[in-house]
Amino acid sequence: MSTIVMPPARGARFLARRRRNYYLFIAPALAVVGAVIVFPWLFTLWMSAFDWTIGSAAHFVGFGNYQKLATNQRFLESVLHTFYFTALAVAAPLVLGTAAAMIFHREFPFRGLLRGVFVMPMMATPVAVALVWTMMFHPQQGVLNYLLSLVGLPPSLWVYSPMLVIPSLVMVEVWHWTPLVMLIVLGGLAALPTEPYESARLDGATEWQLFRYITLPLVAPFIVVAAVIRTIDALKTFDTIYVITGGGPGTASETINLYLYLQAFAFYNIGTASAVVVVFFVIVLALALLLLHVREKTKWT
Amino acid sequence: MADQDRFGGPENQRRRLLQAGLGAAALGTIPGAGQLAAQAQGAFDWKRFKGEKIEVFLVKSPRGDLLTKYHKEFEDMTGITVGSEMIPEQQQRQKAVIEFNSGNTSFDVIAISYHVQKRLFGKNKWMEDVRPLVADKSLTDPNLDFADFSKGGMAWATQPDGRIDSLPFNIDPWVIYYNKELFDAKSVAYPKSFPEIVDAAAKLNDPAKGVSGFVARGLKNANVPVWSSFLLGYGGTFIDASGKLTTDNAAAIDAAKMYQTLLAKSGPQGVAGFNWNEAQSLFLQGKAAMWLDGIGFAQPLEDPTKSRIVGKVGYGVMPPGPKQQVSAMFGDGEGISSFSKKKGPSWLYLQWASNKANQARMLEAAAGAPVRSSAYANAEALAALKVPKAWVDCMLTSARIAQPGLPIIAPVTEFRDIFGIALTNMINGADAAAELKKATAEFQPVLDKSEKA
Repeated sequence: MSTIVMPPARGARFLARRRRNYYLFIAPALAVVGAVIVFPWLFTLWMSAFDWTIGSAAHFVGFGNYQKLATNQRFLESVLHTFYFTALAVAAPLVLGTAAAMIFHREFPFRGLLRGVFVMPMMATPVAVALVWTMMFHPQQGVLNYLLSLVGLPPSLWVYSPMLVIPSLVMVEVWHWTPLVMLIVLGGLAALPTEPYESARLDGATEWQLFRYITLPLVAPFIVVAAVIRTIDALKTFDTIYVITGGGPGTASETINLYLYLQAFAFYNIGTASAVVVVFFVIVLALALLLLHVREKTKWT
Repeated sequence: MADQDRFGGPENQRRRLLQAGLGAAALGTIPGAGQLAAQAQGAFDWKRFKGEKIEVFLVKSPRGDLLTKYHKEFEDMTGITVGSEMIPEQQQRQKAVIEFNSGNTSFDVIAISYHVQKRLFGKNKWMEDVRPLVADKSLTDPNLDFADFSKGGMAWATQPDGRIDSLPFNIDPWVIYYNKELFDAKSVAYPKSFPEIVDAAAKLNDPAKGVSGFVARGLKNANVPVWSSFLLGYGGTFIDASGKLTTDNAAAIDAAKMYQTLLAKSGPQGVAGFNWNEAQSLFLQGKAAMWLDGIGFAQPLEDPTKSRIVGKVGYGVMPPGPKQQVSAMFGDGEGISSFSKKKGPSWLYLQWASNKANQARMLEAAAGAPVRSSAYANAEALAALKVPKAWVDCMLTSARIAQPGLPIIAPVTEFRDIFGIALTNMINGADAAAELKKATAEFQPVLDKSEKA
């Protein structure tokens, strides 16, 4: 049966009926997406317009929660902490992961075994990792200060100092997630052609030039993919920070996520917490769009 | 069926009351006979709810462990099946609030921390008033013996409007654990006043040897009771009669300065991140001369597998402050969810859980400070005690001078968070008066809102 032999009117009807049938097929998916994504979202938006603390009545305040957030010093600081943490927790694993990938791309004995060992941190549960690091950071009984003392350095306060807390937390992230970046970049390296290297060597290029002008541009798209994944992960980091410092000392490592947790589950300020969620979502979305834009660019180089 | 006439008709109840009265009058003088008599007369019967099932929601703690261990005893005695869930404190509190707020709870009986949840639960009437249950002789064991509960414990369990919506189990006065060996080595005596605490801490502080003069919680939120221990001694309060915070007056500032001096000058490095467990582990290692915290943390100190200072620990009552001698106090108990459909069986559980035997077991295991006076007269429990007798003496003295260590308000957690940050900042060098002023200004609107709603 073919639409060509049908009169135009019948053909259109047929198409319309077919379209209707298609809707039937996507209905289950629509229902699921509506129930688990769209509805909670709309409900969060709705709740963010109320001044509501569990245990007391809710009042409609419109954009009141957002206005309060805009002038709330603690919230604004938490946004800054989030950016600071994210910048470090993306940059450091990217540099180290790319370096590690370059090393593991070469031929050397036991390469497979060592690659396996290198990837192991990724398999550990974040909370377990955080608990172990908490013990290592302890200023009196921690192993990190013991190691410092072995090489003659004075003890550090690590996560117990407001100045050092975020870099120290980033150390944990670096240890945990550098292998992921390494894996992604290693995949990129394996797909590279060998011809450009051969011709460059004939022209007398140094190792650094080979890396800077051939390898780096060619694996850039992979590095950007790793950057996108890392950024999303780093922005929403919660377990590591919550377990190790709980946002402290004071509020020195309080990120948006920790602030959100406190508002929602410690103070039960559901309205404020919903507003924080919305702001956080906008930030994540903006960063994701920015990174996608960067990715489009790297594709053409 | 027993559960069909659970509460009986009015006629039935009157008859039961009469019978109970007669039974008690006849046999009341013979100790231990009351329960037997009640059963014989059909007035009070542990087995009346045989075959029912209740859900109990506990906090993971030595006390929760103890109760769970003996649930079988309750099941055998009553024929009621106990389903219990026991999760860490913080999660338990969150889950409780969310379930209560939904208007339906999966549990019938819940463990409550008075210092955190009393006002919130009381304001919303989330827990059942037990007074009518106590008055109902057919539901209440004649041996309950309300007079045995200490006044402090009953004060915790009583709401401002007179409702008693839980039974208290444990009070937790704060004391100073001190290392007698370190004190003797520098011939320092246990302090008798607040300035002497500061002096002793300074003298005993020896960073070269890795010994701190004083350790206590520095971590935000957890650290507030340390400050209130001093605040109360300085004659300070949290809130005045008109609902205004008094947390930035002279007493509060003096207490905060004392906190700052002790922790910043004589405390260990990094104390701003210490909760009780870090403080405890430092003290266990013999690396701190004094440790201020709740009395319930004593057991590991006397456990040779964990502690290097077994037998060297002194248990000090909080010395008198310039205005009064007070030990800041926490406390916990259990109540019946207002949404429970099994209030009768739940009330039996509450009576069992707070009975004299269970309170004696709590003392024996040093799992807390029982609210029943009879526990301290229980020779068996005292003989089997896993900590020195000095601990009991310290606890009894402290309990007599105890006052709530946190304000009894609904947003306690937010109070602790805001003032906790101020205190942590002080350890790191911030000005005490300015921090308290800022924290008070930040918290006043939160308090006003919660009291209005």
